[in-house]
Amino acid sequence: MTRYITMRLLQGIITVWFIATATFWVMHSIPGDPLADEKALTPEIRANLEAKMGLDKHEFVQYWIFLGNMLRGDFGWSFEHENRRVNDIIAEQFPVSATLGILAIVFAGLGGILWGALTALYRNKWPDVIIIILVILGISVPSFVFATVGQLGIVTLNKTFGIDIPVAGWGTVWHMLIPSLVLGLGTMAFLTRLMRTSMLEIVNADYIRTARSKGVPVAKIFARHQLRNAILPVLTVLGPSIAGITTGGFVVENVFGIPGLGKYFVTAVQQSDYGVIMGTTVFYGAFLVLMVIIVDLLYAVVDPRVRLNK
Amino acid sequence: MTELSFKPVDTKQDIEQTSRPSLSYWQDAWIRLVANKRAMASLFVIVFLIIFAYLGPLFWRVDHTEQHLDKTSQAPWVNRNAILIAEDSVWQEVIVDAPTGTHRAPTNIEVVGEPRTTSVALKWDAVPAATGYRVYRHILEPEPGFPLGLPIGETEHQTHVSFQDRMDIQQKPYWYSVVALDENGDEFKEFTSIAVRPKLYITIGEALRLGHISDVSSVVPGDSVLLDWHPMGTDYLGRDMLARLMKGAQVSLTIGIIAPTFFIIIGILIGSIAGYFGGIVDSILMRFTDFVIALPFLLFMILFMVLFSVEAGQSGIPAMVVALVLLSWPGVARLVRGEVLQIREHGYVEASRLLGGSNSWLIGRHMIPNTMGVVLVSFTFAVPATIFTEAFLSFIGMGVVPPTPSWGAMCNDGIRTMERTPHELLFPALFISVTVLAFNLLGDGLRDALDARMRSRE
Repeated sequence: MTRYITMRLLQGIITVWFIATATFWVMHSIPGDPLADEKALTPEIRANLEAKMGLDKHEFVQYWIFLGNMLRGDFGWSFEHENRRVNDIIAEQFPVSATLGILAIVFAGLGGILWGALTALYRNKWPDVIIIILVILGISVPSFVFATVGQLGIVTLNKTFGIDIPVAGWGTVWHMLIPSLVLGLGTMAFLTRLMRTSMLEIVNADYIRTARSKGVPVAKIFARHQLRNAILPVLTVLGPSIAGITTGGFVVENVFGIPGLGKYFVTAVQQSDYGVIMGTTVFYGAFLVLMVIIVDLLYAVVDPRVRLNK
Repeated sequence: MTELSFKPVDTKQDIEQTSRPSLSYWQDAWIRLVANKRAMASLFVIVFLIIFAYLGPLFWRVDHTEQHLDKTSQAPWVNRNAILIAEDSVWQEVIVDAPTGTHRAPTNIEVVGEPRTTSVALKWDAVPAATGYRVYRHILEPEPGFPLGLPIGETEHQTHVSFQDRMDIQQKPYWYSVVALDENGDEFKEFTSIAVRPKLYITIGEALRLGHISDVSSVVPGDSVLLDWHPMGTDYLGRDMLARLMKGAQVSLTIGIIAPTFFIIIGILIGSIAGYFGGIVDSILMRFTDFVIALPFLLFMILFMVLFSVEAGQSGIPAMVVALVLLSWPGVARLVRGEVLQIREHGYVEASRLLGGSNSWLIGRHMIPNTMGVVLVSFTFAVPATIFTEAFLSFIGMGVVPPTPSWGAMCNDGIRTMERTPHELLFPALFISVTVLAFNLLGDGLRDALDARMRSRE
């Protein structure tokens, strides 16, 4: 087990190094540099600024310095935001994106398992039909449409009941609820479908029949045998889903005006803010790699048949 | 028993003839697909969408770039019967004598002449303490304590009690409010409102210019003409939505089909080579695949979009296709590798090798054709995913470059005016949803038809 985790972590570190390298070179091939937007600079000032930012050195040297700093967990300074460290920017923005993402995953996971189980229990009866229609909607409607509809929904709710749920921004639980629900919707639909299929697959399994014939209560069969076995495929795709949710996060942050990393990244790319681009990408990449490892470990906890040492 | 009683059996005759001709894998799959109603309906929808995108513009010959600032955000169901008027007469200001009394809000507010989409003229009675008046226009009924709407004009004298609004008037109810101004130019609290519903009018000159009438002599003011029809309305710049949706369909479908085609080809090549040769080749290729999969997809899409930075006047479609191909091939490569690993062990492959088949023959003749089923299924699922990605990127402004219409970009435009003119968001969103749904259902059907192991149990 320890050996397995060590191996996975080592692989993860190499992957992160690859992400960092790819980002560095892609970014440096982008035409223009952080000083391109500035007003006309005299050659002397430009040279001074480049020296201060370390842009005067050869790209390989810059790459080397960057790798060294990264190992120490230091992503340097932002080029566009005066006197702000990239680490501070990440520390400030990432918790927002992460909270949103985690809430969305929780919504998606719980919802997907619950709805999926329900559809399988009431197969071809009305709850099944309704949920399947909702799932089809969830899979085929783009998240920005959900986001907008969600926002309109809040406005209508506020008007009808005279309450005051915030429409945009960040801060309280109320700010988080609707955006994360919207963000998790697509994944929830996908997981519901998956859960339904895997529930139906095991509904006629031998161990279920055995349990039923020896008189185990239906609820207990459902909770102990069906649910636990059907959850496995859902867990497998949860890792990749996390990546999908970060993708959607950009749009939801955009529509709801949430100050997360996604918005920051887009501006940083437009301004060639090397420090922020590198920091965000590497950090995000590392986070995703870690998440996938954790999900794989979790998988082994739920399913004892999976032997990690192999 | 003579020799004639016997005759040699015709060796060419197939003795163990079965009742039906045997079906190839693809024939069998096709029969199963045709039997699947949902998949067939989806197939028809997809064919329709392709016709809509590529042949539609031949029938609907409206320029999708032409802006009409006089009919912005126009709903499809808007009244198009316009009444002709001669050129708008020059507005004569109404000047009255100084008023008496103590009222603080203008009284007797009324519309002079008819309210038209070309102009709305108002006049009211003067207010004793006023030094001028300010006119507001609102789309909601004004209430005390709330903003009165858009300030559209002011008069600068107590006795100047009229105003003509000519600013972007549409066929919907407006509330005009007039407030008096005191000697410091500050507004009085009291105001008077009037509800106005302008009717659609067009000047003869304008009608001639737009080609609704052929010459001036054949019409008289008061005749009605039918204005251009926009079956799906217009957007915030007055561009025809149907023409833009067709153009957007071309963009979305082109990206959605070309990008998966390319990354699937790359994925097949890498996957089959890795799976077939195994060993060190497999390790190197698969490690590389793992790395590319680990790249944060959207962040790198954005980086690549900027890297292949598009110059003015370009659409940005090639840039997006290249970026998508570079980032999306690993999924297919893994899938194909897995398939090839299984096929490699089959007897016929061994037989072919013993008969002297070269590596490229084995891969090209046995491996790749046998993975086609899975590949086709993943293609149908890749198309909607790609269309989604394109819409996402265009939505956050990192995708197709304006003014090239794409469904995602149109949604982004539509969201700004969503509450008042929902059709601008509704139609592009509907097209995205239907396309994605159709490809997903077709993919389900194909999977059921092609791959017995992956058959879903719905």
